[in-house]
This record gives sequence, structure tokens and C-alpha cells, in this order.
Amino acid sequence: MMAEVAMATGFMLVLIGLYGALTNRNILRIIVSFTLATTGVNLVMVAVGYMHGRTAPILDEAVPAAEAVARIIDPLPQALVLTAIVIGLGVTTLMLAYAYKLHESKGSLDITKFTELKW
Amino acid sequence: MIRHLAVLLLLLGLGAAFAGLMAGYTPDEELNLTGRYYAENTAKDIGAANIVTAIIVTYRGLDTLGEVTVLFLTATIVGMVLARGRRERALQLELPPPGELLETGSRLLAPLILLLGAYVFINGHLTPGGGFQGGAILASAILLLLLTYPTRRFGHRMITVVESVSGLAFISLGVLGLLFAGGFLDNRILPLGEYGSIFSAGAIPIIYAFVGLKVGAEFSSMLVNLSETEGK
Repeated sequence: MMAEVAMATGFMLVLIGLYGALTNRNILRIIVSFTLATTGVNLVMVAVGYMHGRTAPILDEAVPAAEAVARIIDPLPQALVLTAIVIGLGVTTLMLAYAYKLHESKGSLDITKFTELKW
Repeated sequence: MIRHLAVLLLLLGLGAAFAGLMAGYTPDEELNLTGRYYAENTAKDIGAANIVTAIIVTYRGLDTLGEVTVLFLTATIVGMVLARGRRERALQLELPPPGELLETGSRLLAPLILLLGAYVFINGHLTPGGGFQGGAILASAILLLLLTYPTRRFGHRMITVVESVSGLAFISLGVLGLLFAGGFLDNRILPLGEYGSIFSAGAIPIIYAFVGLKVGAEFSSMLVNLSETEGK
């Protein structure tokens, strides 16, 4: 159940993010929408790795190494999502830096003002 | 209006595809092959209590090296893109003082936050923490300082030195693994130690500490670069 709720939330976040990115005109809002969509994708990936009735992949007294196979959830999606979050932050920073440059060149963050690459 | 309609139609299609994916999703009952391998072998091969850390630092250490490289590139590009015209901005407009609360608070909190960051990345092999999380915490201390003293110039030099030294140390440890153990970034160049104690899991705490410092320095350099665009 938990996994389904998390997965549905993730998919909803992706949709909300894409909607925001496609309909907003302000570049900052578009960037925020993209980060929403990224969060959604990460949430879906973590939810896929979840297995009912199991615990986090950290071995200690509660989860001895001998029982690990039966007790822990899949650690790989978590490792991948950790990578994805960090790279997502890098992408966001880059977008913000370019948004700053765009604002410097036109004095506006309205994406409809930037027509050079429009067809 | 037509544009919005097209967007809505697209999202409707995508939503239907997602719903189909969810309807057909059955959670695994058993770990799959790779997951089972990690669960069975991490404790005796790597010696790290946190399996996610073992995957990130050792099993897929090369990925982490690539990831850190991507972050480094991002930080460099942000610095390059925002570099032009920083000179004129040196004469900034007078900002109001940060206020007693923020000033005292940041003086009290910044060292504690740095300590927490170091704790998180040194204990990465035992607790749900690690270099990336710890690095982000370190950078949040820098962010607090930036908020308190927006006009003070932060040492780009120091950030660059920390970043290059830890990057170099990360790669050197990897090469040491190639020479003295099973391969690049192998953690068994140091004894595995007592399982579950802080000096265990071979070189993982050291590697993760350097990753943490590097990530912290990269995030800080991004923050400093972005904050220096202010005040024009």
C-alpha cells in the first residue's frame, strides 16, 4: 500500500511539474516545475525498490548479516536515486545560472521574449 | 487556449500511461539477483553496515567518480557563466545589517552545522548518511554565512584548494586500490576492522570523507557564485 501511495504521488508530481513547465512563461517558474518533476521521478524509483514488510538496507543488531536477504529492501534504487538527486541539483544550478544570464541580456524572465530560436 | 488544450491532452496521455504502469505493477516478493548479491556479500566483502554506501563507494565507485566529476563540471560552468562583470559588482549598494538574531544565530550554528556534516560523512558506512548528504550539510553552513554576511567576499581560493585536494585524494585512493587490492577504488587497502565500528569497512570512511569535502566545496562554490550575482 505504502509503495502504491508513494508511486502515485511521484507520478502526480511528474505530471504537475510537466504541466507547470509547459504552461508557465516565467523562466524561474519553469525551473521550479522541472525540479518538481525530478522529485516525482525519484519518488517513483524509490517506491519501486520498496518491498512490503522489509526494512532499510543497513545491517546492525536488528538486521544481522545472515538474515539480510530476507529482511532488507533492494538497496540499488536508493543508490541510484542518491546519484539522481545530486545530479538534479547540478542541473538546477545550471538552469538558474543561465536564467540569470538571460535576464541580463533581455531584462526579463518571460520566455516569450526570447524568440531567437523560435520557428 | 489551444496551447493549453494541447498540453492537457499530452498530460492526459502521459497520465494514462502512468496509470497503466501502476495497474500492472506487482511488488517483488524476493530480492532480485543483484540485490541478493549485495545483501549476501556486502558484510563479508566490504565490511560496511550500510549497503547503499557499499554500493556507492565500492561496488559502483566508478559511477560515483563520474558523478563527482559532473558536479565539478557544473560548479565550474556556473562560475564561468556568472564570472563576467563581477568586478563592477564589487562596489555594492549598502545592505541593511543582518540583525542581531541572524548574526548571533549563525555564529552559534555554523560550527555546529559543519560538525554535523563531518559526522554524517564519517559515519556514512554505518548510518543512513554519506559523503553527498554530509557535503550538502557543510554547504548549508556556508549558505547560512552567506545570508548573514552578504557583502563579505568568501575565499574562492580556499574552496578551490579544498576541492582539488579532496578530488586528488579520492583518485589516489582509487589508484592505491588498483595497486594493493582487487581493483580501482577497492576499499580493502586497509584492514576491514571490526564490523560495525567506526574504523571498519577498509578505506570507505576515508574515501567518503573526501567525497563529502569535495561535494561540500562544490556546492559552496555554486552558492557563492550565485550569491555574488546579487546587488546589481
